[in-house]
Amino acid sequence: MRSAVAGERYRRAICLLGVLVFGLLGLVSLAACTRSSAQAGAPTSTGGKTTIQNKGSDTLVNVALAWAEAYRDVNPNVSIAVTGGGSGTGIAALINGTVDIANASRQMKPEERQAALDNGIEPVQFVVAIDAIAVIVHPSNPVDRLTLQQLGNIYTGKITNWKEVGGRDAPIILLSRETNSGTHVYFLEEVVRKGTGDEEAIFAPQTLLMPSSFGITSEIRRNPNAIGYDGLGYVTEDEKVLAVARDSESPYVLPRVETASDGSYPIARELYMYTPGEPTGPVAEYLDWIRSPTGQEIVAKVGFVPLTAGGGS
Amino acid sequence: MTVTPRPTTRSDVLDESQRSTRWSELVIENSIRLAGMSTIFIIGLIFFFLLREGLPAFIEVETSNLLSLRWYPIEDRFGLIPLLFGSLLVTLGAIGIALPLGLTTAIYLGEIAPAWQREVLKPLIEVLAGIPSIVLGFLGWIALAPIVQRLGAPTGLTAFTGSLLLAYMALPTIISITEDALYAVPKEYRDGALAIGATKWQTIWRVVIPAARSGIVMAVMLGIGRAIGETMAVMMVTGNAPNIPRLGPDIFFQPVRTMTATIAAEMGEVAQGSLHYNVLFGIGIVLFLITFLINSIATYFIGGRPSRRKGGRL
Repeated sequence: MRSAVAGERYRRAICLLGVLVFGLLGLVSLAACTRSSAQAGAPTSTGGKTTIQNKGSDTLVNVALAWAEAYRDVNPNVSIAVTGGGSGTGIAALINGTVDIANASRQMKPEERQAALDNGIEPVQFVVAIDAIAVIVHPSNPVDRLTLQQLGNIYTGKITNWKEVGGRDAPIILLSRETNSGTHVYFLEEVVRKGTGDEEAIFAPQTLLMPSSFGITSEIRRNPNAIGYDGLGYVTEDEKVLAVARDSESPYVLPRVETASDGSYPIARELYMYTPGEPTGPVAEYLDWIRSPTGQEIVAKVGFVPLTAGGGS
Repeated sequence: MTVTPRPTTRSDVLDESQRSTRWSELVIENSIRLAGMSTIFIIGLIFFFLLREGLPAFIEVETSNLLSLRWYPIEDRFGLIPLLFGSLLVTLGAIGIALPLGLTTAIYLGEIAPAWQREVLKPLIEVLAGIPSIVLGFLGWIALAPIVQRLGAPTGLTAFTGSLLLAYMALPTIISITEDALYAVPKEYRDGALAIGATKWQTIWRVVIPAARSGIVMAVMLGIGRAIGETMAVMMVTGNAPNIPRLGPDIFFQPVRTMTATIAAEMGEVAQGSLHYNVLFGIGIVLFLITFLINSIATYFIGGRPSRRKGGRL
C-alpha cells in the first residue's frame, strides 16, 4: 500500500497549505478592518476630471442634488456624487475619512468632533441654507394650530388624545424620523425639550421611527390620527401643515420662506456642510458657488430658505 | 475519509495514465475537503469579529442600563428589553400563523392531493420562497398595512403586520421540510393502519404525523430561525417604535421594534468604535445566541442527523 501512504502524506500537505492560506486571509481581513479609519478623503481626480464625494442628511439631499446638477454647467470638469442616509451617516463618513463634503441638518456633536480629531481630521463647518420644519397631519384632522408646549407634550406622551388639543376623540399616532436623522435631533432639542421645559425629555417610546421622509409622508396621508414633522421642502399638497406658536401668548405662524427667514416661525434651523480640514481647490470653489446668489437661488426653488433672505450665520 | 481498498496486485503495475488519475483525484478530493473546512473557518471568523466588536458593550454599559425598558441610543440609553420583546412578539405571531397553515398545506400536498396538483403547487411554493424580502416589505407597506389599520388598529404598522409578512416568508421552509418528512414515512405504516380499519384521517393524524414528528419539529425551528433573523420587511412594516407592548387583546396590534431592524436602521449612522456601535454588535451576539439555542433545541428533538429510513427518501 505504498501509494496510500503517499496519498496520506500528500493530503496532510494540502491541509497544512489550506490552513496557511486561510490564516493569511484572516490576517489580511483583520488588518483591513483595523485600518479602515485612515485617509481623509481628498477628491479623486482621473484624467483632469474631479469627483467630489458628498454624503449625509436626507433633508439636504434634494438641494444637494440640484446643486450638483447645476454645477455641471459651471465647471464641467468636476462631478459631484451625492448620497443621502442621514446626517449621522454623513458625519460618520467624515470621521472615517470617506467623504469630501458631509451634509448635516444639525451641528456636529462635541464627541463627533473629537472622534474626527482623533482620526486626524479637523471638520470645518459651512452654513448652506435654512430650513423650516413643518408639523404635518392628515388633511381631515380638524386641529390646525399648536403651541411648542403642546407639541412637546404630545411627543413625550403626556398628551395622547387629539381631543386634549381641540381635535377628535382619537389616539395620537406619533411619527418621527430615525434617531440618526439630524431632523430628529433638532426636533428633540428645539421642540420636545424646549417645549416641555425639561432638558432630559425624550420622545415617547410609542413613537414610530421611520427610516425615511417617504415613510412619514405616506403614513400621514393614510392615517387620520397621525402627526409628523418634516422639512418644508418635502411637504406635499395632500398633507395639512399646522401653524405653530412659541407659547400660548405668541401668534400662530405657518411655515413659509418669509416666516422662516424673519424668525417668526419657531422651528427653523440652519443646514450645514462639513469638510475635512479647510477646503482647497475644487471643493472650495464648489462651496463658494453654493453660497453665492446663484447657488442660493436653487435653495429657494427646492423649497428651502436661502441664506441671503436673512438669518444666515 | 478512507481510501478505497484496491487489489494489491494492481498497485504495483500502475501505468502513467493511472498515476495521473490518482493525482487529479487527490487534488479534487482535497479541494472539496478545503471547501468544507472553510465553512468552519468562516464561522470562526464571524464569531471572532462579533465577539471582538460586541463584548465591550456588555462590559462598558451597566447591566441595569441594558436591562432597562428604554432604547434611545443617542442619549446612551441602551435598554434591550423592548427590542427583545419586539422580536419575540413578531416571531411568535409569525409562527402562530405559519405553523397551522404550513402544516395543513404540507399534509394536503403529501397525503391527499392528486399527483397533478402536487406538480403545480410544489413549484409555486418554491417561487414564494424566492421572492426577495424587500419586495414583500413593499407589499406589506402598500397593501397590508392599510388593511390592518382598517381592522381597527390605531396604525397599520404593527407587530401583527410584521408577523403576517414573516409567516409568508417562513411558509415555504415549513411546507417543504414537513412534506419531505411526511414522504419519508414508510408506506408500510400507512398500509398497516389502513389494513386494521383506520380511516384516512386517523392514519394521517395518529400514524403518519407522529412518525414524521422530528422532521416537523425541524421545519418549525427553521421557520422560527428564518422569522427572527428577517430584517428589511420587518423594518418597513412594524413601525420601529422601541415600545413594550401593553398586555391585552390588542398586544399584537401595537408597533414594535425588532433587534434586526434596530441594527439595520442604526448601523449606518454610528461612528466606528463608539459605545453605540459596540451595543449594536452586542445585539448581534444576542441574536446569534437565540438562533443557536433554537438550532440546538431542534437538533435535540431530532436526535442528531435525520436517519435514512427504508422505503422513504429524505
